[in-house]
Amino acid sequence: MSQSFKREDASQPPSLHAPYASTVPRSPRQPLVRIPHTLTETTGPANAWSRLMGGALADLTTQHKAMPQGQRIIVSGRVLDEDGRPVPNTVVEIWQANAAGRYIHKKDQWDAPLDPNFTGAGRVITDDEGRYQFVSVRPGAYPWGNHHNAWRPAHIHLSLLGPAFATRLVTQMYFPDDPLIEIDPIANAVPLPYRQRLVSRFDIETTQPNWALGYLFDVVLRGRDGTPFEDDHHD
Amino acid sequence: MIDQVNPAPRRDNQDPALFGQTPSQTVGPFFHYGLPWKGCADLIGDSDIGARPELFPVEHYVLASPSAKGEVEGEPIVIEGVVLDADGKVVPDAMIEIWQADAAGRYVDGSCDIGFIGWGRASTGEDGVYRFLTIRPGRVDARQAPHIAVSVFGRGVIKRLATRLYFEDEAANAADPILALVPAERRETLIACKAGAVWRFDIVLQGDRETVFFDI
Repeated sequence: MSQSFKREDASQPPSLHAPYASTVPRSPRQPLVRIPHTLTETTGPANAWSRLMGGALADLTTQHKAMPQGQRIIVSGRVLDEDGRPVPNTVVEIWQANAAGRYIHKKDQWDAPLDPNFTGAGRVITDDEGRYQFVSVRPGAYPWGNHHNAWRPAHIHLSLLGPAFATRLVTQMYFPDDPLIEIDPIANAVPLPYRQRLVSRFDIETTQPNWALGYLFDVVLRGRDGTPFEDDHHD
Repeated sequence: MIDQVNPAPRRDNQDPALFGQTPSQTVGPFFHYGLPWKGCADLIGDSDIGARPELFPVEHYVLASPSAKGEVEGEPIVIEGVVLDADGKVVPDAMIEIWQADAAGRYVDGSCDIGFIGWGRASTGEDGVYRFLTIRPGRVDARQAPHIAVSVFGRGVIKRLATRLYFEDEAANAADPILALVPAERRETLIACKAGAVWRFDIVLQGDRETVFFDI
């Protein structure tokens, strides 16, 4: 059976975005070679994730002996394709700084407290409706060395493994009304208005009384368009 | 209740006017505790390769190893290479993922139930080197030569870079329709070379010997 996936649209950032200094020596200069989709690009281990990775780690606040410091949050949403259809069996992995804006990583030497009760890593697999949910704490903003007075907005990294090699996505979720987004070179690599697709929404419906604030963040993977890009190569 | 007061336009990822593919973002420098786990670069056994556990305290190693893997048919191989930037400097914070067929050319895509899943993830070390243990893939169709799909992520890599690894001793390379789309003088960047016991596949992000990356 032939399948194909829509190529990325204008919402995608360029590989080279000079204000984000690390892109300068690490972005290809040669044009990408466009290739047709073969079985290699249209398949993925969508039904083998749990066998490959093990179980879910959906609550980042219960991985250690005590509760981590910070504002407890529930991040939930759906993984959809570009036609708005849910994408089940997608691995959603997250990693983030703690409430003070520091990662547990040894190379993060920012002078903010580490939290022994917070690692900041989790993963879940989307259900039949493409839904996922994590419990965590709201990450803090932190400075970085990109330029003078550079601060990253609070963010959660997300890695998504969709149904195919072509539907792999790594992205970041930002929080609403954060003034740091508009001066962040990484977020700003994404052109407006599409940058707003990276901003989550506060949601009173998923907010739990006396317990945690709810944020919604839907992720849209490239969609199957149903038309083979080039049928020659689908044997 | 809020809707009744003010139906102001939404400017977030659920704004219907903005619905579409979510933009890609860098994995940043600190992904090592959140993505790779011990053994994620060993597709056929239970060795520890693939992760960087020295970069975070042991008590924060929450990503457990998956269940034991089964017997896998085919020729076991080691793939290793260095990731380099435009200045020829090693990239110690890259993550490489691979996706490949088994020795019989089958993908685990839900249609067959075989022990070999064919997907792996490895971080580069301080020396910029990544390493996989896997099996040599078979041909997935009559036209393509055996190959492995490769993804490159890292700090400063805003969009996942996709490439392919082919094997230098495969006669089928000459007729491979994907290699044929690559300018002849750049094809060698996609060919892994046998170096002793390993298949060597360096990845150059930019520069004279820049690896060919694909628009998929």
